[in-house]
Amino acid sequence: MLNQTPLWKYILVIFVVSICALYASPNLYGEDHAVQISAGRNAVVNAQLVDKVSAELKNANIDSKSIVFENEQILIRVNDADTQLIARELLEKALGDEYFVAMNLAPDTPKWLSSLGGEPLKLGLDLRGGVHFLMEVDMKRALDKTLEDSDNDFRTALREEKIRYRTVKQVENGLEIYFRDQDTLEQAETFLKARNRDFIFTEKADLVLFATMSEQKLLETRDYAVKQNITIIRNRVNQLGVAEPTVQKQGPDRIVVQLPGIQDTAKAKEILNATATLEYREVDIEHDISDAVAGRVPPGSELLPDENGVPQLLKKNIIVEGNHIIDATSGVDQNGMPKVSIKLDSKGGAKMLAFTKRAVGKPMAVVFIEYKSTGERDEAGKLIFEAKRTVISVARINGVFGNQFETTGLDSPKEAQNLALLLRAGALIAPIQIIEERTVGPSLGKENIKLGKEAIVAGFVLVLAFMLIYYKKFGFVANIALALNLVMMIGIMSMIPGATLTLPGMAGIVLTVGMAVDANVLIFERIREEIAEGRSPQQAIHFGYDSAFSTILDANITTFLAGLILFAVGTGPIKGFSITLMIGIATSMFTAIVVTRTIVNAWWGGKRLTKLSI
Amino acid sequence: MQIFSGKYTVNFMKLSLPAAVLSTVMIIGSFTTLAINQLNWGLDFTGGTQIEIGYQDTADLDAIREQLAASEFNDAVVQNFGSSKDVLIRLASREGIKPSELGDKAIAILKQADDTAEMRGSSYVSASVGEELTEQGGLAMLICLLCILVYVTLRFEWRFALGSVIALAHDVIITLGLFSILGLEFDLTVLAAVLAVIGYSLNDTIVVFDRIRENFRKIRNMEPTEIINTSLTQTLNRTTITSGTTLLVLFALFFLGGATIHGFATALLFGIFIGTYSSIYIASLVALKLGVSREDLMPTVIEKEGADQDAIM
Repeated sequence: MLNQTPLWKYILVIFVVSICALYASPNLYGEDHAVQISAGRNAVVNAQLVDKVSAELKNANIDSKSIVFENEQILIRVNDADTQLIARELLEKALGDEYFVAMNLAPDTPKWLSSLGGEPLKLGLDLRGGVHFLMEVDMKRALDKTLEDSDNDFRTALREEKIRYRTVKQVENGLEIYFRDQDTLEQAETFLKARNRDFIFTEKADLVLFATMSEQKLLETRDYAVKQNITIIRNRVNQLGVAEPTVQKQGPDRIVVQLPGIQDTAKAKEILNATATLEYREVDIEHDISDAVAGRVPPGSELLPDENGVPQLLKKNIIVEGNHIIDATSGVDQNGMPKVSIKLDSKGGAKMLAFTKRAVGKPMAVVFIEYKSTGERDEAGKLIFEAKRTVISVARINGVFGNQFETTGLDSPKEAQNLALLLRAGALIAPIQIIEERTVGPSLGKENIKLGKEAIVAGFVLVLAFMLIYYKKFGFVANIALALNLVMMIGIMSMIPGATLTLPGMAGIVLTVGMAVDANVLIFERIREEIAEGRSPQQAIHFGYDSAFSTILDANITTFLAGLILFAVGTGPIKGFSITLMIGIATSMFTAIVVTRTIVNAWWGGKRLTKLSI
Repeated sequence: MQIFSGKYTVNFMKLSLPAAVLSTVMIIGSFTTLAINQLNWGLDFTGGTQIEIGYQDTADLDAIREQLAASEFNDAVVQNFGSSKDVLIRLASREGIKPSELGDKAIAILKQADDTAEMRGSSYVSASVGEELTEQGGLAMLICLLCILVYVTLRFEWRFALGSVIALAHDVIITLGLFSILGLEFDLTVLAAVLAVIGYSLNDTIVVFDRIRENFRKIRNMEPTEIINTSLTQTLNRTTITSGTTLLVLFALFFLGGATIHGFATALLFGIFIGTYSSIYIASLVALKLGVSREDLMPTVIEKEGADQDAIM
């Protein structure tokens, strides 16, 4: 018998469609205004904090829908945007600097659904508003700085080894070392080669040795410069109180920063671009700290709090600034105690040497500078930010040292790691530059969503009406497929982690709706042709589907190919568009061929028919 | 209900000469306007700074120009965007100000003059990023055409492949020509639309080719011209309906999608027309003129055991 569908196929179709529908369903629920609390470096979010937060909210008569402690964060859902704003300001004041309080829109997905991994579609910045920065790391500066360090390093090493050189010159891509005679050059070459495996040495001209960084070293330097900048940016972004920031590497030397919901871009840029975030300072031990705390701060010194809020009296003079730090790594010393090894550049090393010569036995402090919003606003309604200095480490100077030294006496390996991370974050090898910036105001984002939705609905309704009029009952079947196609597209896009819906993506959905009917048009036209050639209705259905199949496949594969290339070569919005296009092709083939066939078979299959409603 | 009954074969190829002339004229015209007027490249490609400001009431463009000129932004291009309340301002780079801070400055000036002014959006693209994008876009298009050439050659035949690729290039060139002559802004979304036109037009062409191949195999003793006419007639209903439904949704996008998506919809609307035309006339015509014949399209016969018997199912 023609046009029968085996049971397993019915089950398969229902299964696939319902899975997609399930994952598309979170998009039906709205979003709650929420305030999100996460811990700073030295704080933890725990049940006590939850109690404290709910008590604070109760005192201020702020109603919250729920307070949930999850993933080391507290999420407080409130009823509206105004309450959200008030709650945020209140909590920011109450919790102090150790916690980050950010505003967020939390999806109102039911628990059972989110426990299955169901999440609504993530919206791109053009739909939800926010800032997108593309930053480029100045690699030339990073490489120059590395060469400069090696320059000094080579000079010292050669001098110590008593190999006489005339001079060392920093040229593009490397260093030129000049000698007086060939013998010394060869001696130096053997010595340096054995000592610096990450450099390649060649004789460039008579009595000139040329040293250039190996591929490996170049790669490492570049990678390090980018990673370091990412660490710095993450750290600063946290100060901005953005709920879901993205800081990602793109290509060899670029960083993408996305800050959804942020409105004051000028300030955001200021903070992201802020320099000098670390200082080495001498601790003032000549004066009594209790006097200073009582208000008699000696001139030339100032009180700065450490991480536990205990004030420390430091001299205002800076020994070395963070930009002289080349590297900081955590490890263990001979006794198995945690330590941090720090390497300074030559200038920093010289300063440190001059200082330690006269300060052995004295304590030295590291001051970390963060930019943090005070929670208050100026007349123009902008948030006020201030530089906040914290003493993150105080250590006694045990001997005279220059560009390499270690900090020991740390409590735990974790503390050592933390300190190393902060030291690296405070240093800045390679400056960054904003090369692309896009800001979408929140009102424009909302409008974009509204317009996109309207266009999708209008286009959808028009196509549905046309198909119903033109193909009657078969048109109705195609319409079911079209609706399922839309559900499946949204379901799959919600399932793919990292897929975001952008305005061009919405245009892609609209376009797919228009093109998805193509497969059904092809099939239905074939069926009509078969009937015109005198086949029985059942045979016409059978052959119509069969012969249209290869055409549909060919046409869709080529279009899919075009989408794939778009995805591979394009960036940003083009990528978003190509993803929706490809998903649309895949789902429309399933719905237009498999789903419609199943429905057609269930409806007309195996029945005695004299005429088809097509 | 049926648009074309299909009882009579339409003699499409009778119009092949006028069509060839029309296409040649359009292509030469496109190249000419692209050479003279060039494309009105958008910010994405040229780099620069652009801000969008929304006002409560109708924006007074002259007043905005004056406000900006008073602070030395005298070369700012001010125009309406989408509605009379929304303004798009393009700023040229200035010495002494970091290009990434230009927009913030201008917004501050306008807000001072009128505190109902609301920042709707702002973009800054450095010249280097713009250049890269132009290269990438061109490259994407070329790779796209090349891959299609290979796939269609493998799946059909080289004459068809060449026909489809020439048709696609035809569509792209004429769409770009339209944007050039009308002075419409060519930004990233328009580029995506042009690439989507490639996808759509190709889809159309493949459907026609599929039918041509089938008819070559099925019908003996018929001239290639007639076979192509027959195939085009048979697929005409489908071509019209699919183009129609796609145009329906594109009209929805064009009228409801908002200013941001306007260029995208325009490129596609025009592209669908030109793509449908080219898959009928250009693609098939090129394949025909290259001498496509029955022998080229017969499937390679693979002897299989039992192949001469009917399937049992």
